Amino acid sequence: MKKLDLLIAGMGGQGIILASDIIAEVALASGYDIKKTDTRGMAQRGGSVVSQVRIAEQVFSPLIRSGEADMLLAFEKLEAARWAYYLGGWGTVIANNLALPPLTVTLGYETYPSDAEITRLVKRQKNHFYLVNGTERVKELGNIRTLNIFMLGCASLLLPFSIDTWEEVIAQRLPAKIRQINLSAFKQGRKEMPAIHLREG
Amino acid sequence: MKKLLSGNEALALGAYHAGVTVAAAYPGTPSTEILESLAGYDDIHAEWSTNEKVATEVALGASYAGARSLVSMKQVGLNVASDPFMAASTTGVNAGLVVVSVDDPGIHSSQNEQDNRHYAKFAKVPLLEPSDSQEAYDFMAYAYDISERFDTPVLVRSTTHISHSKSVVKVTGRRAVPGREPNFPPDVEKFVMLPVYARLRRPLVEERLAQLAGYAETFPFNQILARERQLGIITSGAAYQYAREVFPQASFLKLGMTQPLPQDLIRRFVAEVDRVIVIEELGSFLQENIQAMGIAVSGKEFIPRFGELSPEIIAQSCRAAGLLAESPTPPTKPAPELPQRPPLLCAGCPYTGLFFTLSTMGQRSALVKSRVKKVAKSNLIITGDIGCYTLGAYPPFFAMDTCACMGAGIGQALGMEKAGVSNKVVAVIGDSTFLHSGITGVVNGVYNKGEITIVILDNRTTAMTGHQSHPGTGVTARGEKTSIVELERLVRGIGVNDVKVVNAFDLKALRTSVRAALDNPELSVIIARGDCPDPAAARPRPLVIATEKCDQCNICLRLGCPAIQIDDGQVFIEATLCAGDTCYLCQQVCPRQAIVFQSESSTQESK
Repeated sequence: MKKLDLLIAGMGGQGIILASDIIAEVALASGYDIKKTDTRGMAQRGGSVVSQVRIAEQVFSPLIRSGEADMLLAFEKLEAARWAYYLGGWGTVIANNLALPPLTVTLGYETYPSDAEITRLVKRQKNHFYLVNGTERVKELGNIRTLNIFMLGCASLLLPFSIDTWEEVIAQRLPAKIRQINLSAFKQGRKEMPAIHLREG
Repeated sequence: MKKLLSGNEALALGAYHAGVTVAAAYPGTPSTEILESLAGYDDIHAEWSTNEKVATEVALGASYAGARSLVSMKQVGLNVASDPFMAASTTGVNAGLVVVSVDDPGIHSSQNEQDNRHYAKFAKVPLLEPSDSQEAYDFMAYAYDISERFDTPVLVRSTTHISHSKSVVKVTGRRAVPGREPNFPPDVEKFVMLPVYARLRRPLVEERLAQLAGYAETFPFNQILARERQLGIITSGAAYQYAREVFPQASFLKLGMTQPLPQDLIRRFVAEVDRVIVIEELGSFLQENIQAMGIAVSGKEFIPRFGELSPEIIAQSCRAAGLLAESPTPPTKPAPELPQRPPLLCAGCPYTGLFFTLSTMGQRSALVKSRVKKVAKSNLIITGDIGCYTLGAYPPFFAMDTCACMGAGIGQALGMEKAGVSNKVVAVIGDSTFLHSGITGVVNGVYNKGEITIVILDNRTTAMTGHQSHPGTGVTARGEKTSIVELERLVRGIGVNDVKVVNAFDLKALRTSVRAALDNPELSVIIARGDCPDPAAARPRPLVIATEKCDQCNICLRLGCPAIQIDDGQVFIEATLCAGDTCYLCQQVCPRQAIVFQSESSTQESK
């Protein structure tokens, strides 16, 4: 692997920073240099949050250049559309099929883009686009806060790190009380991707 | 040992290994995690101070007493702390004193953008600029050595993308056990800055700078990276990392110590390359100082003078200046037409009720309707402050007219009143900000016969920076119990007679008390109290909308609560977000009593 630039995007409170921390730790444990940075604005919750993770033999800038990211992991559809421009034409988008309309949409000042519009924006450069029903799956599991780990499960199928390393880091980063359910969410995410392939294939 | 650390964590670990025993700070993005990390160690004193000035004075006192000390703050914090910072430059130190300033290029979470490297020059103290977590860790040991060797405070300047980025750190050191017992050696000529003694110290400051200039030549993190000689780049901090990526073949002079500058090293580098440019973030600090040496360099002619840099921005600027070939693939552009997602007050926020109340008073609802967010006149002026509650300026409230700096709202309110406006003026300030720098404004208001109303939004935490404790919480930075500074007693003690404490979730009480305070021709203080909701808490009692009763008037949306959403024209409450166990604001605004607790609604259904 020459380099891997990832973007993780969503709304404050969705566990984006923990997810990108875990990817970074997994890459470090797999022997790579990494830099990651989070843009989270001023408040605790509710705003658009994006985390950038860069993995290579040697990394200088923590910031990815637009048009050069390899993967976008979006926890919400509008955020997928917002950040897709960072991808190179070869890049992959995995987006959670969830719409969280911003307040300006709820108040009627702006309109939430349609699924067709989101798909158009995401696939501008013929990127691979996987829309996963993450929120639904983790609800079935019984804890919607495991969405971030579910999404990592999805991404892990396309990333060059061993499943043992993923599971070790997840187990390390999460407190005992919620460790097992998160490991289940990770496995569930890994099952979801081939299922999509089958559906679409 | 290799560790993945944020710049802030690395600064803290570096300071800890360098033998820091006293650390003080006031929370401020992007610097907060430095003190938070240090508070995790049992063998040092780490405190949240009431503000950056006090924090700096605490660190200075500790240094005088022989303890290596650290004070950390965001860029604007150094404005507050500038008085003791300048004083420390004159007195010098006893044990090492390091001041960490984290600048916020691009204004991610601040009221302005300022380049605090200028403070180092202004105060005539040495300046170190790490460019990643490894350097953040490594530089701290040097900073303490420099501080003690040259009898000076040292300014370490980080930026958002150094402090909040994580990168790999080879942790080489261990904690150096402080070699000496705390001891203050009385020395009036050094520590008592009467004019006569300050005059004695003054030439020493200049001598110190000259010696530091010699040291800068040998500082191991001022490095020449000699490669192709066509282009040489002088750079520091985050800009170095970006520039390395954009110019993989160029020669570099990477400066870790940027005040005073290593002039010989710079001359040597300039002689080795054909053309020299300076790439630096924010001001033209390096460029102007190098030009002052009589060396022709360019940089800010094409590199932006404000905002954050990135590899992309540097590449674009250098392409425009003809320093870089055209890219085969032009950068991609963001989709312009998407709705923005600004941060919001949380569901269950104790500030929502007050802003809803204010937005409906004094004809301010005209602002809510105005698409341009401007109206010619409102009968009520709301001066604001720095905290989560600054979000009250956003829709749907538009309930904040000013926000300048910590504590400013109270003085501004008095100033507007004294200017003679016919409007009522109310100042809104949070509990932590009030303790930081609002108290003196109240003293001034009482003294100068002010008639303003001050609302202290007391959510019992420093919320915006991530729930740090403060003197009103009764908990220290290390989580220990301590005495509580009671706001109502404090305000009464200042001499305010009209003080009311109101439940921040009770709209009727909020409205009545704000009206009464505005009508009262003396300075009034309302403390609107309600706990900041724990975002990770379970939500056992969410509210729901009984759709059969709801006539879709959508008044509940005017609360701006993230839990109240709309689907296909019907409002609903997202149960996982609703903080119904503490907050019932929407229930109070619903004219049809259509909002009920989930348990009540299911009981009704079962009937």
